[in-house]
Amino acid sequence: MITESSPKFSSSVSATASTTLSLECRDVGFHYDQDDVLKNVHFQAHQGQMIALVGPNGAGKSTLLQLLIRALKPSSGAIALNNTPLTEFSRKALAQQMAFVPQDTQIGYSFSVQEIVAMGRHPYLGRFQAMTGQDYQAIDAAMSQTELTHLSHRAVNELSGGERQRTIIARALAQQAKILILDEATANLDLCHQLELLTLCRQLADAGHLIITAIHDLNNAARFCDRVLLLNQSRLVADGSPEQVFTEANLATHFHLQTKICPAEHYSGLSISPVKALT
Amino acid sequence: MSKTANTPTVTLWVSMLSLLLMAMLIGLCTGPANISLNNVAVALFPQWAGSLSSDFKPWMETIVTEVRLPRMIIAALVGGTLALCGTVLQGLFRNPLASPSILGVSSGASLGAVIAIFLGLTAVSAWILPLFAFFGAGITLFIVYSIANHGGHTQPSTLLLAGVAMSAFNVALSSFILAMALQHWDVGKTIVYWSLGGIEGRTWSHVQLLAPVALLGGALLLGYHRDLDALLLGEMHATSVGVDIEKTHRMVLLLTALLTGAAVAVAGGIGFIGLIIPHIMRLLIGPHHRFLMPASVLAGALCLTTTDVILRIAFIDKAIPIGVITAAMGAPFFLFLLVQQRKTLRI
Repeated sequence: MITESSPKFSSSVSATASTTLSLECRDVGFHYDQDDVLKNVHFQAHQGQMIALVGPNGAGKSTLLQLLIRALKPSSGAIALNNTPLTEFSRKALAQQMAFVPQDTQIGYSFSVQEIVAMGRHPYLGRFQAMTGQDYQAIDAAMSQTELTHLSHRAVNELSGGERQRTIIARALAQQAKILILDEATANLDLCHQLELLTLCRQLADAGHLIITAIHDLNNAARFCDRVLLLNQSRLVADGSPEQVFTEANLATHFHLQTKICPAEHYSGLSISPVKALT
Repeated sequence: MSKTANTPTVTLWVSMLSLLLMAMLIGLCTGPANISLNNVAVALFPQWAGSLSSDFKPWMETIVTEVRLPRMIIAALVGGTLALCGTVLQGLFRNPLASPSILGVSSGASLGAVIAIFLGLTAVSAWILPLFAFFGAGITLFIVYSIANHGGHTQPSTLLLAGVAMSAFNVALSSFILAMALQHWDVGKTIVYWSLGGIEGRTWSHVQLLAPVALLGGALLLGYHRDLDALLLGEMHATSVGVDIEKTHRMVLLLTALLTGAAVAVAGGIGFIGLIIPHIMRLLIGPHHRFLMPASVLAGALCLTTTDVILRIAFIDKAIPIGVITAAMGAPFFLFLLVQQRKTLRI
């Protein structure tokens, strides 16, 4: 099904559509040459949600994220932001709504933290326009929210991995984008920084952002996210609350993993213990 | 928000500007006939003749305003343009080895110009030569870019090899055309004279040709400072902050080809300015293109005018093309960068 030109979206443009944010995948498929990477992915996400995108390696998580930020174009189906197909947004208009935090935030250049965060203002500035007080306010606010103010003049290539990830999140905040897409943003962080970053994301979701994060750590996914999308073999095989998706049966089928799942002792969430690999 | 750590100091700007003016003034004074500063001032501003007591002669005005002034302006414009192109190419390719000469863009422009002369089209309009140079530069840049750019990332080795190969091809074709042209001595002579390059004997008509392109193209490129900053971090970062990558690549490469084409059309292939200057400036003021681009323009202008002045003082009666000197300084620098690259994985 190729509906790239005129995808039909549920025309529920109600009074709330302008204030609430929605991101919708409608039967999205993607393939390189003949190999399907994604097939019929269908879901709708709203602001206030923090969604974990989980699945074994090669399930198509990164591809889905790249489709969401329009770094790739769906081979079939379409993606819509507030019922408007992504393709109808200019790059800058899209960036005002949506920001991306990649897994690898290694930066080989000596930009200061503040300069990196200031890049978040790009979508709001014309080619020959200088930044105004409003832009500087957004930058300062983003840095203080991520506790980077004291590092603002430090070169970003001298920071720790956690500080660098925070800088990229701060850039997304300066961008004033309501949707944050993260690709394994915690993968290279130590436990303490993982916890910090996910807590920050949770706070943002509670404040009305929509967070979609690919994540390998299922315990963290269950603890911080209120919704889980499980991808396997190019398909979306489960969509629901962590309790609904993270069942021992699901993990056995899709992760080939025998697990023991029980409520977490020291925080609200699940404790998922991998017991052994099923081969 | 206070000034960022990478904001260049006022001192740097002021000293570069004053050094540039100084170099240009010395350039106006020196040559086969030395003309004193007072007389240069009178030549430029005839109304000062009374107040500055001098042994002013009318021929001095001709030399200063018709020979040396356009030459110094050409030197500044060519140096600034090539340095700007190098800065932008290094940013776009995320590769410190990129520059108009190394990527074969300069030789492509030369080839275009040689073809224009060979076909006798230069008699039609003064704009034909730069136009052909632009197409030569543009086609070469497009080919090198297409080969080296793989999924938004350029392998440094592929980029260099593609540049070397295109350069060799351009030079070979230029030599071939020159050999063909030697049967008609007029055309051959024009090609030889032109391809020697340099800024010797450049006039106001050359300034008229280069200045509008350099100023307009340079101003447009400056407008891309935020896009280039974001691209330095990587394609996904750039996409995230709303940079239209394809469009930016297309526009920036087009403008670079245009500027290189214009510079080469006027002064021939002057290599390595576009490699060295961006490096030194990046070390001095950081990677922020908003400051890096204008600083590179100034430094490039300063470098070429100074080289020209030194050349004229040191080799007063020998006409040594300026490109020879920049290449002699630049090639070792390039080798130094190559050695440096072996140490660092990321560039």
